[in-house]
Amino acid sequence: MTNEPVIVFRLDLRSGIAPYRQLVEQVVKAVESGRLRAGDQLPSVRDVVGQVTINPNTVHRAYRELEHLGLVEGRLGLGTFVCEDVTAGDELGEVRAGLQRWMRDARDREISDGALETLWRDAFTSREARR
Amino acid sequence: MSAAPVVELRGVTKEYRRKIALRDCTLAIPPGRVVALVGSNGAGKSTMLRIMAGLTSPSSGDVSIFGHSGALDTVSQLSRVGYLDQDRPLYRGFRVSEMLRAAARSNEHWNEQLAKDYLAQLGIGLDQRIRHLSGGQSAQVALTLCLATTPELLILDEPAAALDPAARQDLLQLLMQQVSGGNVSVVLSTHALDDVIAICDYLVVVAHGRVVVADDLEFILQSHRLMRATTTHNLWPEGAVVIEDRRGTRDGMVLLRMELPVTDGRVALEEPTLDEIVLAYMRSATIEEGVS
Repeated sequence: MTNEPVIVFRLDLRSGIAPYRQLVEQVVKAVESGRLRAGDQLPSVRDVVGQVTINPNTVHRAYRELEHLGLVEGRLGLGTFVCEDVTAGDELGEVRAGLQRWMRDARDREISDGALETLWRDAFTSREARR
Repeated sequence: MSAAPVVELRGVTKEYRRKIALRDCTLAIPPGRVVALVGSNGAGKSTMLRIMAGLTSPSSGDVSIFGHSGALDTVSQLSRVGYLDQDRPLYRGFRVSEMLRAAARSNEHWNEQLAKDYLAQLGIGLDQRIRHLSGGQSAQVALTLCLATTPELLILDEPAAALDPAARQDLLQLLMQQVSGGNVSVVLSTHALDDVIAICDYLVVVAHGRVVVADDLEFILQSHRLMRATTTHNLWPEGAVVIEDRRGTRDGMVLLRMELPVTDGRVALEEPTLDEIVLAYMRSATIEEGVS
């Protein structure tokens, strides 16, 4: 175990977000931001269990979900690796730019953080968003 | 889902001379899971764990462990179950190495290397005396001894109670390491719902000696919703069962169990935390019991 892990997970137990989802999101973010690159090996389930206090089944589940998302691939007997064809994703970049414009606009209008969060939640859970 | 349960209780009641500890409990623990047993003090958790471990028999009802009905009578059956009492029994006058020897002699499937690896990882020396260990270290040694007997069913009564955050973290990580090794099912009682979220994947809530909830943790979280209710509004979404209804004069909060997927966009439903779900079940059980 000479290599430092390529990603260090954390769990926020008070967030109300399921632990497996938190792991998935952390890998997605790490890939988007370039901290995780194609071919990187994710820590083994055992290593994750040594990093954070978490049920190994939850880690398995997160890795399976990431495979479904096409972000990582499990190689039998070797481990789980970030896929070669993972790109930062132009579409995500566009959405992010749109959100940043939205944020700047909201800041200009001096809308409070709390109100912003509520707006975002409402939009996120609205019927239009659930297509 | 098709795999046979490791422990099954059918209509289990346990009466002591002065009180009823468990009432008509029916429960099937699926294999390979980490099960949290949650409930108030005196709800019957410890009694249920002792029954699952085969240490005490029910007054009525059936118990099967690994598919065997009735008491585990042979040594080889008993050795498949590991049980750790909340008192964490250790011989205070012994050194850690002497505790290991004693455990090795009395356990069929003892794994000496595993015990030594775990202790090294925890930074506990073999020549340390039990009575000089901190509370956290005692708990860790007691769990190590239990894990090194390589049980297929591990039953832990409040394994992390009264530990400081670091000791608790180390202890729970040790347990999760064992789980990642496979071939073990865990049932543990706890009051720490944060720990449940982190390490458990199945939840049993006991209130006043009854099983009030027993299901996959993720399913429990997904199938409950909080709804704001007003005095004039009593229309629950289709397929909702009211678990707890807390009304103020103008405003109220109702915890619903959704028997159908949530589709009704007209009512604002919020996702409850595990604490809110567990507390609602515990409180509503109190009320029910008070009436009878």
